[in-house]
Amino acid sequence: MSAFVGKYADELIKNAKYTATPGKGIWAADESTGTIGKRLASINVENIEANRQALRQLLFTSPNALQYLSGVILFEETLYQKTSDGKPFVEVLEENNVIPGIKVDKGVVELAGTNGETTTQGFDSLGARCQQYYKAGARFAKWRAVLKIGPNEPSELSIQQNAQGLARYAIICQENGLVPIVEPEILTDGAHDIVKCAAVTETVLAAVYKALNEHHVLLEGTLLKPNMVTPGSDSPKVAPEVIAEYTVQALRRTVPAAVPGIVFLSGGQSEEEATLNLNAMNKLGVLKPWTLSFSFGRALQQSTLKTWGGKKENIGKAQESFLARCKANSEATLGKYVGGSGTGLASESLYVKDYKY
Amino acid sequence: MSSLKSKYQDELIANATYIGTPGKGILAADESTGTIGKRLASINVENVETNRRILRELLFTAPGCLECLSGVILFEETLYQKTAAGEPFVEVLKKGGVLPGIKVDKGTVELAGTNAETTTQGLDDLAQRCKKYYEGGARFAKWRAVLKIGPNEPSPLAIHENANGLARYAAICQENGLVPIVEPEILSDGPHDIGKCAEVTERVLAACYKALNDHHVLLEGTLLKPNMVTPGSDSARLGPEVIAEHTVRALLRTVPPAVPAIVFLSGGQSEEEATVNLDAMNKLKGKKPWSLTFSYGRALQQSTLKAWGGKDENIPQAQAALLVRCKANSEATLGAYKGDATLGEGASESLHVKDYKY
Repeated sequence: MSAFVGKYADELIKNAKYTATPGKGIWAADESTGTIGKRLASINVENIEANRQALRQLLFTSPNALQYLSGVILFEETLYQKTSDGKPFVEVLEENNVIPGIKVDKGVVELAGTNGETTTQGFDSLGARCQQYYKAGARFAKWRAVLKIGPNEPSELSIQQNAQGLARYAIICQENGLVPIVEPEILTDGAHDIVKCAAVTETVLAAVYKALNEHHVLLEGTLLKPNMVTPGSDSPKVAPEVIAEYTVQALRRTVPAAVPGIVFLSGGQSEEEATLNLNAMNKLGVLKPWTLSFSFGRALQQSTLKTWGGKKENIGKAQESFLARCKANSEATLGKYVGGSGTGLASESLYVKDYKY
Repeated sequence: MSSLKSKYQDELIANATYIGTPGKGILAADESTGTIGKRLASINVENVETNRRILRELLFTAPGCLECLSGVILFEETLYQKTAAGEPFVEVLKKGGVLPGIKVDKGTVELAGTNAETTTQGLDDLAQRCKKYYEGGARFAKWRAVLKIGPNEPSPLAIHENANGLARYAAICQENGLVPIVEPEILSDGPHDIGKCAEVTERVLAACYKALNDHHVLLEGTLLKPNMVTPGSDSARLGPEVIAEHTVRALLRTVPPAVPAIVFLSGGQSEEEATVNLDAMNKLKGKKPWSLTFSYGRALQQSTLKAWGGKDENIPQAQAALLVRCKANSEATLGAYKGDATLGEGASESLHVKDYKY
């Protein structure tokens, strides 16, 4: 057979398509305990389960925000948490037509003999874990592969390992009813220009889709979560229209039209940048046979987090902030965003050198 | 860099896009001397240069036909031939808004250790030949790779060799101003079902596009010439809608949207089958980010050849037969074929030849 068509095939196709609904996108709320700890520390909030629960509850129950989301990626702990009224978060999402997703990778490890390049782990018992997550309500999964640009990077080894890893993860997910989000993130770190980023992105994506084909992955039941094509972090910035042009060109050259949706990661972009870039892509006149949407973490939550500051009395304002970013990005998926949503916080760069989740 | 920086970049993109113009397609008239000899023999015509020239003049000057075409693939000899009145064929085509193309491969050779699988030769001095052909008026090229389906075929070696060959050829063409038509033909010979053909087609096309990416080929300046996805020649036939569905799905899974047009080969299909299948694809609802059109040889020329029979007095009727097929296929690219083309003699005749060699 060409693509694996198991018992979940129709459901995978349906869920992938729904997640790619124009006007909606994904909120990446899957920060591991360690990573969410850093976020909480930045607003002087203690990293304990109660606070992690409070933050996610604040966001999940933001009035009118969920209508702009087709999916939310969760960390394992969150998949099993409830609101203070005792309602499982998963149910809150389902009632609002938001598909719960689950991060299934177990972080990166270095590839010996390379210059700090990595591969991603998480295969052990992945099938069994996916089954459990499916039972708990998850219907899509996410696995982050990381590559970097340097004089000799990404190396052929790093590209092959990460592409093969993504393909194995993807087929295991599909065997167990979860739509795999395929995420080959190429970090922006570096002094390279946008043309270099484009070349690397095209090479990496070509390798990824070759691997997906080899592993019999059903493309109609997947999503892609790539970086946008931008200059390196140490290079001068360029306009959203330029980013849009290079990004869409790279995707047109590598991503088969069978893939229903492309949901960009925000990397170190500020909330406003990420939205403006996504908007510019959707305004581009060239043919784009997949939905172009968002799967933002920091770029959806940053102002909200600061506005909350861990204080109950700030919840209302924080939720408004979250709603504003969700709405802005929803408009961006339709090419209708007019800019200037939110406060000055929205323009703050979220770039962290050599970012580790 | 991602794709190579050819000085011909804008021209390659414009020409590739033009070939995919809705309502138009390609006439594959690039039969080698040996192959055209077989065609001429079938109508009792001697295989001499004059007759080859007469046949091609018949085709290129057929009233109304050039409007249905965006390109014609020529064999080297034909690129330099003229009408009886002395006008170069290349000029006739250009005046008619048709891009001249040129076959540049030198046929297949067997891969030792395989079960008669082949690779295609022709890379030696290809750059110089392309330059010469460009000067001669050619603006696109064609290179046919051949694979077959069997218990252990196509082997990884055959896939890799042919994909690599196509990618090398494509990069060299682009450096020299010719739009490469990438043709990985999977023969329909065999008793396999349509599912098997789909699986092999997807695997082969995935390998081709990986190779093209590795070789820095500018996809926006290429065309793809694949087989349609069909049951094997020894299997029961299926309706055009089924063929259309399997074919388009295979392409959606493997051919990046940057490729402007897909120009199908007709293989052993009859003239009418090839038209009806193409039409069904263009009627299909759903995503199709590239034009779907034709690059037919036998499936455009069969009835014309029979009508001509080598006789001058038959030329008008032969040309009328060609116009019928050109119009039908032009409509098929728009999903507008009503199935009402007056079928010339042989239009429904299968053109399948086992283990077909050009």
